[in-house]
Amino acid sequence: MANFETPELQETVEIPALKQDVMSHSRPFVAKEQFQAPLGFPGELADDWKDVAITKLGELLKTNRALQVFMDSCVKCGACTDKCHYFLGTSDPRNMPVARQDLLRNVYRRYYTLPGKYFPKLVGATDLTEEVLDQWYSYFHQCSECRRCSVYCPYGIDTAEITMATRDIMNAVGKGQKYSNEIIGKVFKIGNNLGLPQPALEDTLLGLEEDVKDDTGIDVRFPLDEKGAEVLVVTPSADFFAEPHIDGLIGYAKVFHAAGISWTLSSHASEAANFGLFIGSNENMKKIAMRIREAALDLGVKRIIFGECGHAWRVAYSYLNTLAGPFDFLDPRYPVPQHICEFTHDLIQRRVITLDKSRNDHRRVTFHDSCNVARASRMGDMPGGQFVIPREVIKAACNHFYDMAPETIGEATFCCGGGGGLLTDDLLELRVKGALPRMSALKQVVEEHEVTHMAAICAICKSQFSKVLPYYGFQMDQIISVHQLVSDAIVLDGQQ
Amino acid sequence: MFVTVLFALLFYVATAIFLVGLGMRIARYARTPAPLKIPTTPAPTTRRGVVVRMGTEVLLFNSLFKANKWIWLFGFMFHVALALVLLRHLRYFLDPVPTWVVLIQPFGMYAAFAMVIGLAGLWVRRLFVERIRYISSPSDHLMLALLLGIALTGLSMTYLWHTDILAVKLFFTGLMRFELNPLPTQPMLLLHLFLVASLMVIFPFSKLLHAPGVFFSPTRNQVDNPREKRHVANVKWMIAVEKPAASADQ
Repeated sequence: MANFETPELQETVEIPALKQDVMSHSRPFVAKEQFQAPLGFPGELADDWKDVAITKLGELLKTNRALQVFMDSCVKCGACTDKCHYFLGTSDPRNMPVARQDLLRNVYRRYYTLPGKYFPKLVGATDLTEEVLDQWYSYFHQCSECRRCSVYCPYGIDTAEITMATRDIMNAVGKGQKYSNEIIGKVFKIGNNLGLPQPALEDTLLGLEEDVKDDTGIDVRFPLDEKGAEVLVVTPSADFFAEPHIDGLIGYAKVFHAAGISWTLSSHASEAANFGLFIGSNENMKKIAMRIREAALDLGVKRIIFGECGHAWRVAYSYLNTLAGPFDFLDPRYPVPQHICEFTHDLIQRRVITLDKSRNDHRRVTFHDSCNVARASRMGDMPGGQFVIPREVIKAACNHFYDMAPETIGEATFCCGGGGGLLTDDLLELRVKGALPRMSALKQVVEEHEVTHMAAICAICKSQFSKVLPYYGFQMDQIISVHQLVSDAIVLDGQQ
Repeated sequence: MFVTVLFALLFYVATAIFLVGLGMRIARYARTPAPLKIPTTPAPTTRRGVVVRMGTEVLLFNSLFKANKWIWLFGFMFHVALALVLLRHLRYFLDPVPTWVVLIQPFGMYAAFAMVIGLAGLWVRRLFVERIRYISSPSDHLMLALLLGIALTGLSMTYLWHTDILAVKLFFTGLMRFELNPLPTQPMLLLHLFLVASLMVIFPFSKLLHAPGVFFSPTRNQVDNPREKRHVANVKWMIAVEKPAASADQ
């Protein structure tokens, strides 16, 4: 399939022996000027790029407490060294979270600390050179910003923050990543990551209405830009046509239909994802988030609900209020925003909708906790609701549910291997290898409980698993949307 | 007399660097805005919950326990022992000595051994666990050497070469009143004190900043309530486009 070997699945998580530089060749395509300019970044390295980079680092240190504290606090205890899925899957020591952080920290020390200025060798401080920049580009695109390391760090150092800061610096000197920056450009120009314009979106949704009609005999609507709807649904654009995402979208529509709550999608904000997060650009993240506020105001909705998307939910749950709030024009009885799982869960609890579990009896299901939902957000009222609520929805929709090993789910969940702006074919080797811990855990429940499907609530997880499952001997359609289970189980009045 | 003056100056300078350096660093952490809500979740939803989370982190090394039992064991042993030893040393600075300081004296003496074992365990791991050796720079080894040196010179004075501890106390209580009292010139004592002063000087410029740093770590000290309470901070990109609308919150 490609010029690398797929790792062998493991019984439990095994810590590999170090293999220096085995992944130094892995790097995504660099963004050309046409993809840099719309985001306000230079198109290529200028002569004074070092000064620009060091100045930018200084600015970030002054405006981001996390970065400043994280740069100073690491004691090199080693707690994080065996926690990254990319390290476990590749054996490259620079994929140990602390070693990845040190690529930036060593430069920080050189230019912003006394010992680094006067005794660089002693503290491992390094000059910023083109070689260092290349290492940044390579290894800060081998971090999916999944935060697993931050769970285990005694100081809560989150490599994701350091990755974001370094990508922000790289963009500032003109060394951006094509995949993320091209996508952000599409969001600004067209409204979504996939570059799906309004007419195409309208067509797709009409097609879906016909499909559901054929399937169930019921007129389930997929409204677009309908003013006065109760709920604005913001969902990843993959939900409009990618498999298995689209079955999730059909599930949301059926839930709204069954509950009798009016809703609409927006062509202005036809994308839940916010890749500004990935590249650590707060300006771009804010700009992308503002579309949602504008759409909500324009359509006059009372609530905002997000579809199944991991990092989108992080930006929505944790940042939307900050970036695009306050949302005092919405109905104060509901949290802003809500997750589709919170919405469906509540309807199930209140028996507003009915699910017939037996319709999913041909499936034996496990659940993959998506990293940014697990470690950067919440659902419901209590800490950890992000683990409980999706599982409650799944269990209400099917009879056979089995969790994977406890050290691979919940707050300890492993990233799918494609998050954080790495879901691109130029990083395929990394994606396949990074999926090793999750694939190993999946194999275990397949063997023990004859699990047939893994459900997820993240567009990236779904795309990533569709791609990498076959490398490990699974079928690509074994990954499904949580709302696909809901879609198949929900009882609609008058259904044929 | 030369030694006395030298060490008096050393400790004044070291104390000044320690206090001013650390103070400036803490002020920097406190002043730097945390623009976004980034607690590592699941996180407490109340301020009280955050105090509990921070408490288990600082007193029990909760996250480290989850990560690695060996590092936790040695690290915890070292830190608890260090705390006891430091408290025990209060008797050289306080007059009269408070009862509780008297009561912990025996524990403090055993703690010194625990401190050595903890440090030795951490160093052995740093030398022999491939992953940790890889991430270590010379300063990481030197830091352990320095702390071990302080512990061993201290222990040697307790068990091998006793020093005139009353004179030492007079020297330090004198320093606090800006009076010079003669310091015994026993080499182990001078070495011990020199190493301690070095540690104080290094503190604000080294990884020892993890001590104040942990309290400012947004992933651990933020309340998980972004939907309930709008989080805003005074940073350019946030306020440039719009007017702030709600009060700032950690």
